[in-house]
Amino acid sequence: MNEKKREPLFHIVKREALSTKDALVLRAVAILLALVLCGIITMITTGISPIEVYKSIILGAFGSTRKTWVTLQSISILLIISLALTPAFKMRFWNIGGEGQVLIGGLASAACMITLSDKLPNAVVIILMIISSILAGAIWGVIPALFKAKWNTNETLSTLMMNYIATQLVAFYTIVWEVPKGSGKIGIINQDSNVGWLPQIFGSKYLLSIVVAVIVTLFMYVYLNYSRHGYEVSVVGESERTAKYVGIKVEKVIIRTMILSGSVCGLAGLLLVGGINHTITTTIAGGQGFTGVLVSWMAKFNPLSMILSSFLIVFMGRGASEISTNFGLNQSFSDILTGIILFFIIGCEFFITYKLKKNHSHTKVRKEEK
Amino acid sequence: MKRFLGIFLTVALTASMLVGCGAKADEPANTDAAATEETTEATEETAEATEEAATEAKASLEGVKAGFIFLHDENSTYDLNFMNAAKAACEALGVEYLTKTNIPEGQECYEAACELADAGCNFIFADSFGHEDYMIEAAKEFPEIQFCHATGTKAHTEGLANFHNAFASIYEGRYLAGIAAGMKLNEMIEKGDIKEEEAVMGYIGAYTYAEVISGYTSFYLGAKSVCPSATMKVTFTGSWYDETAEKEGANKLIEDGCVLISQHADSMGAPTACETAGVPNVSYNGSTESACPNTFIVSSRIDWQPYFEYCLDAVANGTEIATDYTGSLETGSVALTELGKTAPAAGTQEAIDAAKADLIAGKIKVFDTATFTVEGKTLDSYMADVDTDANYEGDHEVVIDGEFVESGADFRSAPYFNINIDGIELLDTAF
Repeated sequence: MNEKKREPLFHIVKREALSTKDALVLRAVAILLALVLCGIITMITTGISPIEVYKSIILGAFGSTRKTWVTLQSISILLIISLALTPAFKMRFWNIGGEGQVLIGGLASAACMITLSDKLPNAVVIILMIISSILAGAIWGVIPALFKAKWNTNETLSTLMMNYIATQLVAFYTIVWEVPKGSGKIGIINQDSNVGWLPQIFGSKYLLSIVVAVIVTLFMYVYLNYSRHGYEVSVVGESERTAKYVGIKVEKVIIRTMILSGSVCGLAGLLLVGGINHTITTTIAGGQGFTGVLVSWMAKFNPLSMILSSFLIVFMGRGASEISTNFGLNQSFSDILTGIILFFIIGCEFFITYKLKKNHSHTKVRKEEK
Repeated sequence: MKRFLGIFLTVALTASMLVGCGAKADEPANTDAAATEETTEATEETAEATEEAATEAKASLEGVKAGFIFLHDENSTYDLNFMNAAKAACEALGVEYLTKTNIPEGQECYEAACELADAGCNFIFADSFGHEDYMIEAAKEFPEIQFCHATGTKAHTEGLANFHNAFASIYEGRYLAGIAAGMKLNEMIEKGDIKEEEAVMGYIGAYTYAEVISGYTSFYLGAKSVCPSATMKVTFTGSWYDETAEKEGANKLIEDGCVLISQHADSMGAPTACETAGVPNVSYNGSTESACPNTFIVSSRIDWQPYFEYCLDAVANGTEIATDYTGSLETGSVALTELGKTAPAAGTQEAIDAAKADLIAGKIKVFDTATFTVEGKTLDSYMADVDTDANYEGDHEVVIDGEFVESGADFRSAPYFNINIDGIELLDTAF
């Protein structure tokens, strides 16, 4: 009798597909719980009222017109990068090279701005920037794809390694183009002539990235859901064998999709360099090539949901850093809060797919023994 | 799906770790990918305690609100030095102020400056070299607000009435710290620990940038002024803040036979490596006595409080802030910390005090061309790149009356001495 194995109190069961409404409720509950836990932790460790903290989060992202614009702009860039990665991930091609593809696109734009500024008219420079950055991103994306298609190499490793190559190339060119000598920074490119600066639309310097993000979102939504290419991507993603069986050329799909993925990343690089920062540094992508993976997965590869998930990440990022300095806390505190929230959001995806069931066997067995 | 979820989580974990590590190399404080946004706004400290007292004494400073932009947070010795000065100056004058920390050298700096302007600041300051261009953009947008920038090079050519550069004649502080180093070398020679020709110092620099070159050269000249046989090896990390690289640099120099180390980089990497190896260290930005009690000799630093007070006063009274401000030993901008308790040689304080008096009196010049040679020859002419341009063309003659005039009043506040003098060996110049 004593040798009986102790059974755990719960076991995990896969759910029947949860309705969209229930899934939404579950996610909302997760975010709410995360906020409550953040509040409790803030209270315990700092003694600051949670209401004040939440107010700061919102003010950090939307406290003034400028802050709202910057928040929207940051969402746009993260969204574009996430959208770029999506077709690859939907195809189950682990493109964690977004960072490098963005960087190399940015480097291409910067190269045009620096080397062509006094040789060609502004409009031509901008056109060349657009072409070269998209092309550079595409090349950075297609190299691992070619290796995967031809020799079935591991794309996780190769895309990751391409990131380091891009970072080192940027570091190298920073030394070539640095001003003044030895300073290790390029500074704003063409600050006086503004050659190669992407135009402001409707007089707003923030709007361009937002408009581009809207266009890319719509394009990606249609591409993935209503085009033959998009269909092939999902078939390859579900099962390569099925894809081969129905006559899809898997290698071709991989290469084509990675060209698309890389080009859109290159486009993000163009916006970062030509439209926003007007300089290039090794950290200009700021880890968004990786954050984008999270955004894309959290949204289950749905471009429209991605607006929400990238909003959430940017909102929390801006809000959390607002609290940490508003109350004189270290930056690490905001990292902790963001970490908690992401943990809950990712955790809740688990509960959307699975549920815990209480083990009744315990009680049953005992009754039988009696 | 389950399998993919598993793989995904692994990848996400790896990726976030990589982001963490990648970010650490350059920007220690910005480790979370999601938190690369600038650390927004702002410690609002009205310094109420001192306010009442201050309003009586300096009633004219009402209506001044200061904003400060820092590259990192208090974990960086460089930024901490600025933060302490900002706090001290604002509290002394009863000025309300806002700070923004962890602002990268990109468009974020412009946004931060604009947000400070939106918040009502009429004096805005940024502390990092790469902030300059973005401060200029903000200055163009808010002509009625005064923008000041430390270590920058462009104010005198930009022609903006509300954009100003500031630096200090820190080469004088480095020179004095160099004297402390030279005294230590002499002590080692006298004790018989090393031979005269083994008096090799090591120096960890960030970049082969004029500010760094000027710094280590003045340090070397200070040491050489008391220990004529001293030589120096210099290595570069390619980053202003990279704890690992600085530590490795120091260890490499120690292995190469350097018996004393100094550095121009912002982390504790080199001082702690020295403490571990038992090699004396001359620090920068502030005292490292508490972490390195056995090896800390002295540290030179720029005290920014006089400059901040000067600016705040100018804003309050509507007077002009100098386009290029160079703080000095007299203004209290160039300071040495207290000597370490155990490491310095006997008589160091006296030697420093004497040299300091001579520097102030103009009896000795740090870059006196009679005290050093370049490729075996005396330097009698040098065209420095004072007006920054992409081709690094020299545009001003800076050797005047047997002296290389560094941070001269007719030129600019940021250093432009970038000559390799004899006795200093550069181990790598990749950066």
